[in-house]
Amino acid sequence: MLIRRPTALPSSEITDSAIYASRRDFIRTLLLGAGTAGFGLSHGADADDRTGQSLGSLINSPFSLHDDKPTPFKSMTSYGNFYEFGPDKESPAKHAHRLRTRPWTVTVDGEVKAAKTFAIEDILNWAPLEERIYRMRCVEGWSAVVPWVGFPFSELLKRVEVTGNAKFVEFWSLADPEQMPYIRLPLLDWPYREALRLDEARHPLSIIAVGMYGEVMPKQNGAPLRLVIPWKYGFKGAKSIVRIRFVEKQPETTWIKSSPDEYGFYSNVNPDVPHKRWSQSHERRLGEFLKRKTLPFNGYAEQVAGLYAGMDLRKNF
Amino acid sequence: MSFNPDARQLGLIKIAVFIVCLLPLGRLLWAAYSDDFGPNPVEFVQRWTGSWTFNLLLITLCVTPLRTITQWHWLLRLRRMLGLFCFFYACLHFLSFIGFDHAFVLEDIAKDIYKRPFVSAGFAAFILLIPLAATSSNWAIRKLGGRKWQELHRSIYLTGILATIHYFWLVKATALLWPLAYSVALAVLLGWRIRERRRKAIPVPRFQSAKPLKFFKQKPD
Repeated sequence: MLIRRPTALPSSEITDSAIYASRRDFIRTLLLGAGTAGFGLSHGADADDRTGQSLGSLINSPFSLHDDKPTPFKSMTSYGNFYEFGPDKESPAKHAHRLRTRPWTVTVDGEVKAAKTFAIEDILNWAPLEERIYRMRCVEGWSAVVPWVGFPFSELLKRVEVTGNAKFVEFWSLADPEQMPYIRLPLLDWPYREALRLDEARHPLSIIAVGMYGEVMPKQNGAPLRLVIPWKYGFKGAKSIVRIRFVEKQPETTWIKSSPDEYGFYSNVNPDVPHKRWSQSHERRLGEFLKRKTLPFNGYAEQVAGLYAGMDLRKNF
Repeated sequence: MSFNPDARQLGLIKIAVFIVCLLPLGRLLWAAYSDDFGPNPVEFVQRWTGSWTFNLLLITLCVTPLRTITQWHWLLRLRRMLGLFCFFYACLHFLSFIGFDHAFVLEDIAKDIYKRPFVSAGFAAFILLIPLAATSSNWAIRKLGGRKWQELHRSIYLTGILATIHYFWLVKATALLWPLAYSVALAVLLGWRIRERRRKAIPVPRFQSAKPLKFFKQKPD
């Protein structure tokens, strides 16, 4: 495994500071407005909204990229898929404000000695927060570079006792029609479920992210906590997780249920295995005009290819 | 209500339609000028030009039904311009595909058209538009003869169907609403034509002279 010491990344590289500033002003104005109005504005809103708050000082991770320029914050928060908030790329940014991130708990059950429910406040104290600048590759053919903030998934395994039967781990996203308007439509089989093999989840690159760009996770990106598996297509990273279940058999995931011939269980980024309707050999970085070559395992082959030794990756796509 | 513009009024109407048809292009140029393409500029350009090609195809197909219903026969005089604008946006759409997706590398373009069914359908639809655009002049109509010209231009129905397939194959199962809406619009416009043909094909009794309106492959002697 190649572990490079990251050079300190100038904060100016991460996001245009003007975008930051204008956003903060905007939020401040909103808060002031809500404060002076005093009443009537809290209906349906998150009473304990942490959007935009800084996560303080972060540990630099040796797994961070340092040659790739991160995608602008504005792009990552205005463009993306979060079907619970609508089918278009712009929908999550429009509707995710309805998500209430406090109180929030995550239930861990299945093949564990004792099921447990953790409050988000405790989860945030599990480990010192790290910044992980990762490539993100969407199965649709676009990609980004995102400075996530979080800690390794393995921190969870220190807090629950997994039985010998556990081979897979399943992630359940919130599915509340009150907060997520599109849950009422049968776009997908709700709640959104994703899953990993246990050894994939244990890999040091697999993280539970609670923020990005140094801030609390924006709601449209899966607040308050989500999964980030950088060598897999983006949809494997379940957002707004409320349940983590350890299981013996490979679970059926939401996208496999929706289109079994288009989405595989592993969904490792692989330029040689085309999607049923398009090639995966190239990708377009958000903001760039010409496409660039997609790398095997999204550029993380050195670290993760060993997990799949001896497997036919065309069959196990 | 009957409205029959004179030559000057028709000229003004044509100018107005021309300007309106340029607005989608204006939106693109404005976005380029103000750097307002959003996070994925290429996707924006490709979707925008694709949707406007389809919109103009449907608008062009509206001319005949509208003319029959309103008896505004002058509407026919706008059809060529609308059809050519459809072709214009199709060209931009195609250019954005070969340019942004493949940097004009012929081999990659050919492979993509061959390998991805939705690209094949879109490409076929585009190719079918070329002879129609090429024969849009008065000279071409004279040269071909009205009947042949009309037969050739009926291929626009097939183009519409191919465009629908192109759209359906391109979206995910979660985003079928828009292609569904476009296919319903196309089905209504084509269905109207089928109904009209049936209606006109019914022989009118008693009047010997009233022959059903039919288009023959060869001129009947």
